[in-house]
Amino acid sequence: MELRKSYFADQRTDDLHEIGQPRPRSDSPGHVTGKTAYFADRNFPGMLHLKMVRSPHHHARIRSIDTSEAQKHPGVVKILTAKDVPHNVYTILILIQIGPEDETVLADGKVRWKGEAVVAVLAETERAAQEAAAKVKVDYEVLPAVFDMEEALKPSAPVVNEYHGRNYYLYDSGECRKVRFGDVEAGFAGADHVLEQTYQSSPIEHAPTETTGCIVAPEGNDRFTCYTNTQAMFFTLDNASIILQMPGNRLHFVGGTVGGGFGGKVDVIVEPIAILGAKLTGRPVSFIYSREEEMQISSPRAAEKVVIKDGVMKDGRIVARKVTGYTDAGAYSRHSPYGAQKGAGHYPGPYTIPNVWIDTYCVYTNRTPSSAMRGFGVTIGDFALEVQMDKLARLIGMDPLEFRFINAYRDGDIKAHRQPTEGAALIECMQEASRAANWPVAEKFMAISSYAKGA
Amino acid sequence: MAKIPVQFMLNGAEKAEFIDSGTTLLNALRDKIGDTSPKGGCHQGTCGACSVIIDGELRLSCLTLAETCNGAAITTTSGLSQGGVLHPLQRAFLDAFATQCGFCTPGMLMAAKVLLDHTPDPSRDEVVEALSGNICRCTGYEPIIQAVLTAARSNSQNAA
Ligand code: FES
Ligand code: FES
Repeated sequence: MELRKSYFADQRTDDLHEIGQPRPRSDSPGHVTGKTAYFADRNFPGMLHLKMVRSPHHHARIRSIDTSEAQKHPGVVKILTAKDVPHNVYTILILIQIGPEDETVLADGKVRWKGEAVVAVLAETERAAQEAAAKVKVDYEVLPAVFDMEEALKPSAPVVNEYHGRNYYLYDSGECRKVRFGDVEAGFAGADHVLEQTYQSSPIEHAPTETTGCIVAPEGNDRFTCYTNTQAMFFTLDNASIILQMPGNRLHFVGGTVGGGFGGKVDVIVEPIAILGAKLTGRPVSFIYSREEEMQISSPRAAEKVVIKDGVMKDGRIVARKVTGYTDAGAYSRHSPYGAQKGAGHYPGPYTIPNVWIDTYCVYTNRTPSSAMRGFGVTIGDFALEVQMDKLARLIGMDPLEFRFINAYRDGDIKAHRQPTEGAALIECMQEASRAANWPVAEKFMAISSYAKGA
Repeated sequence: MAKIPVQFMLNGAEKAEFIDSGTTLLNALRDKIGDTSPKGGCHQGTCGACSVIIDGELRLSCLTLAETCNGAAITTTSGLSQGGVLHPLQRAFLDAFATQCGFCTPGMLMAAKVLLDHTPDPSRDEVVEALSGNICRCTGYEPIIQAVLTAARSNSQNAA
């Protein structure tokens, strides 16, 4: 790969030694010899296996739970319900003061999505745990459920999550995250064309080849070692400490080797309950998602809906943009209030637009809780934005790449969220893309730079 | 539960264990014998991470009962390098960036080895076909295909 030195020449004082050079990955020798230790490669004598009893309903009240038959199943050692969890209602972003706590480790009185964990069964073998889990009797009163974000936002919709009391996340800015810049209505009024389009996406599962899980070993000194494939070691440790009401210095997390994550392993789901099982039985505990659980239970990327309205001039300038974004959090917050907020900052895209109005909603429905995945909050938005850019270019009969050059942000431009642009490189990327893809643009666009307008 | 004795060759060494009837070869290798190089990605025959070689044939160890392996010769990825020297496939996977998270790698190596044992100079299509039972979520497959083709070429050079 050639790295053109003409770009940002004043910042290039030296040759680049590493970039563009193949360097062996430090973990590859372990991978190709089968020596890399993934969490599930640990095996401890006397290890118990944990299996979850999960809700078969999207939304239901729990009238009663009867574990007596399961308890008698050969090999069963311990059965856990909500009352066994020291701090059962939690939310992971509480670590950065984003509350309220809205999710149960084990369901207490109610289930809000199909697949929610209700009862944990610990047994001598995986098979015994599975068979005993099937003998747990839960009496449900099925409640009306809502799966569509716009339905959920109607006043008549059933309330999904009582900890919020309404089917959207309440930001300090109100029912949505808001960005206001310039006068968007005046911008539309003065535009040559206005185009409004709606874009939608479904939830996306990460489907890592290694399923989510952990193995917990109680140490002799009242500490617990947790071998895990979490992508968020200290985040998980701190949340486990809250849920278990146990000082963090009693928890030793070992990890960092992840058999594919893509953001799907940042929620705090398997570790706290497995540590609790190890604490209450004094034995090592293995809790590993089956492939079915990985596909159905682990959080996917959120479904999103994005409505974009743009005002554009015949000469190619976008003069106004209004975006309403909806993020389907599913039944619980996890990382979604943050994802929706990221979208609000991101929707102008890498373009300088003088009049911007953005509302992004984080909506609760009775679907599987969604969470992080590769650029969550912005990836679907980028898809929508760039499709919209192509449509706008077509509308005014302009080359789509030249249209982007006209609107590209440059250093010093104030973005809609009031931060000045620094270190922009969009123009240079597009110049190189134009060359590499053999998609020629007018010479004047090949002569400009990100440094300053008119330069 | 009454245990069943099983005995087989694993990477050239004799192994014997008492297992419960119905134990998969994958679980017997990982939990009993301690060879954790085959991985369990699905335990239902769909991902290929558990692939091993039994008497020269590629097999999914999650769908193979350990008790059917009496007297068999089994190869796993942990037996691929000899005397500290990497197998040409391992070398090629390293050089071609054919591993990212590495979880699919042992299964990929087994599938590739069986291919090259039977077809020393495969076409690209034959490589794709041979790896079609192995899922990789990280690499996009292309580096893996290239690594297998490279290993085949280095093999034929060595033979020449
Ligand atoms: S674990 Fe055997 S095919 Fe997936
Ligand atoms: S390298 Fe991660 S699944 Fe293949």
